Amino acid sequence: MNYNINAKVLGYRELNKRVKDIIEKSPHSANININDVCGQKYIGDGIKACSLIKIYGVPGNDLGAFMDGPQIEVYENAQDGTGNTMNSGKIIVYGDAGDILGYSMRGGEIYVKGSVGYRAGIHMKAYKKKIPVIIIGGRAGDFLGEYMSGGVIIVLGQNADRQRELSFDSTKEVVGNLVGTGMHGGTIYIKGKVSDYRLGKEVKKMPLDKMDLELLQDYVKNHQNFFGCGQLPDLENFTKLIPFSHRPYGKLYAY
Amino acid sequence: MALKTRQADFCVERDEDKCISCQVCLRQCSNDVHDYDSEEDKIYSENSKCVGCHRCESLCPTEALKIKLSESEFRKNHNWSPGHIKNIYRQADSGGIILTGMGSDSPYPVYWDHMLLNAAQITNPSIDPLREPMEIKTFIGNKSDVIKLQVEEEKPFRIKLKEKLSPQLELSTPIIFSAMSFGSISYNACFSLAMAAQQSGTYFNTGEGGLHKGLAAYKENTIVQVASGRFGVDIEYLKNAAAVEIKIGQGAKPGIGGHLPGEKVTSEVSNSRMIPQGTDAISPAPHHDIYSIEDLKQLIFALKEATDYKKPVGVKVSAVHNIAPIASGVVRAGADFVTIDGLRGGTGAAPQVIRDNVGIPIELALASVDSRLREEGIRQNASILAAGSIRSSADIIKAIALGADAVYIATAALVSMGCHLCQKCYTGKCNWGIATQDPYLTKRLNPQIGSRRLVNLLRAWSLEIKEMLGGAGINAIESLRGNREHLRGIGIGEKEMEILGIKYAGEAW
Repeated sequence: MNYNINAKVLGYRELNKRVKDIIEKSPHSANININDVCGQKYIGDGIKACSLIKIYGVPGNDLGAFMDGPQIEVYENAQDGTGNTMNSGKIIVYGDAGDILGYSMRGGEIYVKGSVGYRAGIHMKAYKKKIPVIIIGGRAGDFLGEYMSGGVIIVLGQNADRQRELSFDSTKEVVGNLVGTGMHGGTIYIKGKVSDYRLGKEVKKMPLDKMDLELLQDYVKNHQNFFGCGQLPDLENFTKLIPFSHRPYGKLYAY
Repeated sequence: MALKTRQADFCVERDEDKCISCQVCLRQCSNDVHDYDSEEDKIYSENSKCVGCHRCESLCPTEALKIKLSESEFRKNHNWSPGHIKNIYRQADSGGIILTGMGSDSPYPVYWDHMLLNAAQITNPSIDPLREPMEIKTFIGNKSDVIKLQVEEEKPFRIKLKEKLSPQLELSTPIIFSAMSFGSISYNACFSLAMAAQQSGTYFNTGEGGLHKGLAAYKENTIVQVASGRFGVDIEYLKNAAAVEIKIGQGAKPGIGGHLPGEKVTSEVSNSRMIPQGTDAISPAPHHDIYSIEDLKQLIFALKEATDYKKPVGVKVSAVHNIAPIASGVVRAGADFVTIDGLRGGTGAAPQVIRDNVGIPIELALASVDSRLREEGIRQNASILAAGSIRSSADIIKAIALGADAVYIATAALVSMGCHLCQKCYTGKCNWGIATQDPYLTKRLNPQIGSRRLVNLLRAWSLEIKEMLGGAGINAIESLRGNREHLRGIGIGEKEMEILGIKYAGEAW
């Protein structure tokens, strides 16, 4: 079933109530188009269903927080806290995303066409069959994958728009500083070279193996299918980062 | 090096005449203090391993054991205490941080013990709680600025609320079991708390370790916690609760994060925390989505949105120097309750230097928060839960007179289940089956007995609260809340009395 909501005069509370009411009526088949979105927070917050939510306009912070199942498509930029503590589902952003993208996400996938701000994938987890994945088309800010304890982050370094580019170093590296600081699980793949000084002290570089290439192939293809832009990047040319240990702070104590 | 770095803290005294070499002590001790020599048919004890939990002493069938403080003393020195010296030895050995458990045992003033309660004499009659109804029911949540009442025309004696109140927690006694995660304490301990909360008409708090599946049946009595690590937090977790508490800080370790070492992340702990088995469970010090009051508001409302505004959402902060403006910010951010955890609050594991040196006592924090919220006219917008070493019903009633709506108890609850405050929770070897995941140890705590003892404690304290209320001529705890005229200071200075907002003993109205 298709539903349309015009968000122009709606506050976030009313908008989200409408979305939830629709999903309650048809939890498995709702296609919701939300038009004229302008900064309404918490869209998709806590929704457990298999629905498709298309957002036209810029949604506010905490998009898809605690979400469990839906697919959210954003045809503009997304703001901070997208996918906060999300459990499963997909978020596809046809623009840039702000800070703390996918904070503590435990499952599901986030695709961003453009670049993301600071602390993307912070404290991402993995649990049993749930492996969260973030694929960033452009660049990522400082502290990418901080405290990461599971899941996959891929940074493709394409599509970075000019405005965003100014906030990075003039070098061509596609991530900021302190990548993977405090990381104790999961994997980060970054297109091109990453200088050692950008790495947090808990991560190390590893050569790509066959499994990595298959994984990259799958997710990069998905990314292309969504955004249909750029060439398929040379998969061999990725830097793979994994943590030194699952127990980074094992020797802190006197006992 | 001949330096004796493992100075024994305790001394195991065994009365050889009474000892029948039954080896109960040996089997009960997870620290391997006792050892049986079969050739001599004799049990030897290694004092340096003893943590002073008194398990063997309690279970010795012939009362042959006495655990005493170690007689070997350092040279008397008021500056260099044995604690300082021993810690330096340990740190020089290992290069590590000194860990400890439970609340601070440092000799800071305990202001509960410097406040006296009032009683009614002649001019206002005292009330006998055995004969007359005494109301201690408490509601936790945002009370509206204005309450509009409605009188039904047909039944003029029935008065109803005109507008719906924000969601409230209903407590039959103003005591809640404070946050203790499954992982820091055993499942049997969690289960005991959950059952006792249900039977006593109050709540237990899951802590930040997720909700064990076995406790889902107690959701009406569960407060779930959302901390920076977001362990076990998903929409089911939030919905399986009566209220949600955002944990910003803990009294025992203000400003620092939590850290459950990988070896304690067993398969069951990994299930409730929803992380892989054996990895470190790291709670970062800050929530990285909260750097301001505005950000806190965002998380509060993210949780309210997720739970359809049906549950109170509170915020737990530790008592620090600027607690009053912080609490004001928390209330303005939309929290339905503010939990303040004082300096002496307990923990499963914290660096000793933090536990014993950071934060302020709950009494001062509570008084200054209550005063500040009243001054700003927002006290009704949130309830205050006081935590951080509530040891008796007298502490509770004093906390309520200082302005708390209810108190959180954790150490007291553990003590009622057998805890002897040995402060070694972080070792995971708790001989009382509380702070451990070892199945051999956890089965020592029978949840039926544990919950019965907790229910008994709450009943006893509630009776005492009623007695004290009645004695003061009050028949509802609401009349005592923030009523500091019922308190008088003793043995404290003027500044302290000013902050506590009380008069000195002997000062009349």
